[in-house]
Amino acid sequence: MATNCLSLQARDLTRVYRRGSEEIQALDGVSLSITKGEFVSFMGSSGSGKTTLINLLGCLDNPSSGELELAGKTVFGHGQKLGEKELTRVRREVFGYIFQNFYLIPTLTVLENVALPLAFFRKPGAEEEVERLLKMLGMEHRMNHLPGQISGGEMQRVAIARALVNRPEILLADEPTGNLDTKRAGEIGEVLTDLNRSSGLTIVMVTHNPELARLAGRRIEMRDGRAFEN
Amino acid sequence: MMITPFQIAYKNLLRKKVRSVLTLIGIMLSTWVLVSLFGFNRGYETALNRDIENMGYQLMVMAKGCPYEAATMMLQGGKGLRYMDQSMVNQITKEPEVDKVTPILMQAFFDPNKGESGGIAGFYGVDAHSYPAMKPFFRFKKGGWFKDNTADEVVMGYEAAELEQREVGDETIVPEKNVKLKVVGILERTGSQDDGTIFVPLKTLQKISQVDQITTIGIKVKKDADITSLENKLYQLKDVQVVSFSQVKQTIMKLIATARVMVFSIAVVALLIAMVGVINTVLMSVLERRQEIGILKTMGAMPGDVFRLVWTETLILCGLGGVAGIFLAVIFSRVTDLLARSILPYAPKGGLVAIDLKLSLLTLAIIVVVGLLSGLYPAWKAGRIRPLESIRGE
Repeated sequence: MATNCLSLQARDLTRVYRRGSEEIQALDGVSLSITKGEFVSFMGSSGSGKTTLINLLGCLDNPSSGELELAGKTVFGHGQKLGEKELTRVRREVFGYIFQNFYLIPTLTVLENVALPLAFFRKPGAEEEVERLLKMLGMEHRMNHLPGQISGGEMQRVAIARALVNRPEILLADEPTGNLDTKRAGEIGEVLTDLNRSSGLTIVMVTHNPELARLAGRRIEMRDGRAFEN
Repeated sequence: MMITPFQIAYKNLLRKKVRSVLTLIGIMLSTWVLVSLFGFNRGYETALNRDIENMGYQLMVMAKGCPYEAATMMLQGGKGLRYMDQSMVNQITKEPEVDKVTPILMQAFFDPNKGESGGIAGFYGVDAHSYPAMKPFFRFKKGGWFKDNTADEVVMGYEAAELEQREVGDETIVPEKNVKLKVVGILERTGSQDDGTIFVPLKTLQKISQVDQITTIGIKVKKDADITSLENKLYQLKDVQVVSFSQVKQTIMKLIATARVMVFSIAVVALLIAMVGVINTVLMSVLERRQEIGILKTMGAMPGDVFRLVWTETLILCGLGGVAGIFLAVIFSRVTDLLARSILPYAPKGGLVAIDLKLSLLTLAIIVVVGLLSGLYPAWKAGRIRPLESIRGE
């Protein structure tokens, strides 16, 4: 995907879920632009639509209506919906994801977990990233440990390394510190800030943690499926 | 540094070790049954052919109603023997299809010292010249054939000599008649009923039993001769029955066909059970890892990648279970052999279960194909998991 100063642009995104005969408007016409190198956080109460929004921005779901452009290329728009394969192609080229529950594979070592995405898709030179990232995140001494042998904060560092191994343009973080204590959460916050500042990595983060949200250069609040910029 | 999908699949099976091991055992047992069945299928026929070839002749002519097998003769306590005139030998020799002919006299005597309450000892009176010519494959452990048809000598089969604990040069007594005969030869093991036979020169046995007739004529047919036409001609002879070993073989094979169908059905059931086991294990593993599989898709795994990953798990289970089952079948082939003998109406001598590399590879291929078919549904289901489901599942 070609680089462009505009990483991501959403226009009037809506998402409606059906539960029986009931329609739930999870997202109600959100428009926003995220520029390359920005660190954006989304905050809001449960059900405010922040996870739905990050899922659409991260191409994990199709919107009910609206458009989404990634680095100048239309992903969703004009009533067009992408199939699972097309979405996967976009995701692996552009995004890295981290989640609250880390999702490390318990039978693989730290090193193997970080190298895992390369078993399916590999950008040129991505193999060299594995050790570099582990070193950068201070996990090189744990590379032969299993996830069960390391702490929660270390697990999230491994998950971050895994998300970055294919050199994504945008890192999507869904409640990255939701399972961590204050100290570890602070450490992960520092890691994300460093990545944004030193590598210019675009980070889009959903969090309940106001301190973590404050680390982002741009904060957006979600209420009733709408986005309000602070 | 890199990790391959195969390593990922293998390591995933280590997560629930007990479940994986139980599935492996299921596959292993099915493979054991299957490879043993195939081995038996081949081994039985080979052993039967060997038994028939070791007879040395393809046709036997005997008086109507006379038992033609030593075991039957023993079962009947040496009774039921019918005799025919020795002149029949010359008559049969004249037939153009006939290559060699040998007269035989079967006799059975009650031996009070055999077993706890006595038993039947069988003796085979054979011609000193034509019989050895029919059995050129006989090898002597010690000694050789008797010198002529009137010698007071015997040649003992391997097991008969073992049972009676006789060596060349020893004497053996014909029970009831109390005639002493000298052991001049002990045969090596043949794997046929000859192993338990005591051979006596024809004239000597006729003299001992005071019978100047014979019970059987063994006929070796010329190469490429029409056996059926000869059989039809022999049926024209008065008061004789003709036993063709090809017919015997067909009859026996028909008899064991039922047993084969039964065992085959068991193998199919075992295979189905193993299949269900594989489906259960792999499907459970997929359902437990829904979120994780979804995360693999966020990392760039295509539905096909996930499908292959789950299919590889099935392949590993079936490959390992299959190889273990083949080893088990080879190691316990003797036990299977004994088991088969205990249920079959007739079991030839020698190994009944013949397992070789080709057969093992064929069975392994069947197990792997069946396993891969079992893995289709779980793999397809895994391939369809959407990453969003994992996020929602949090």
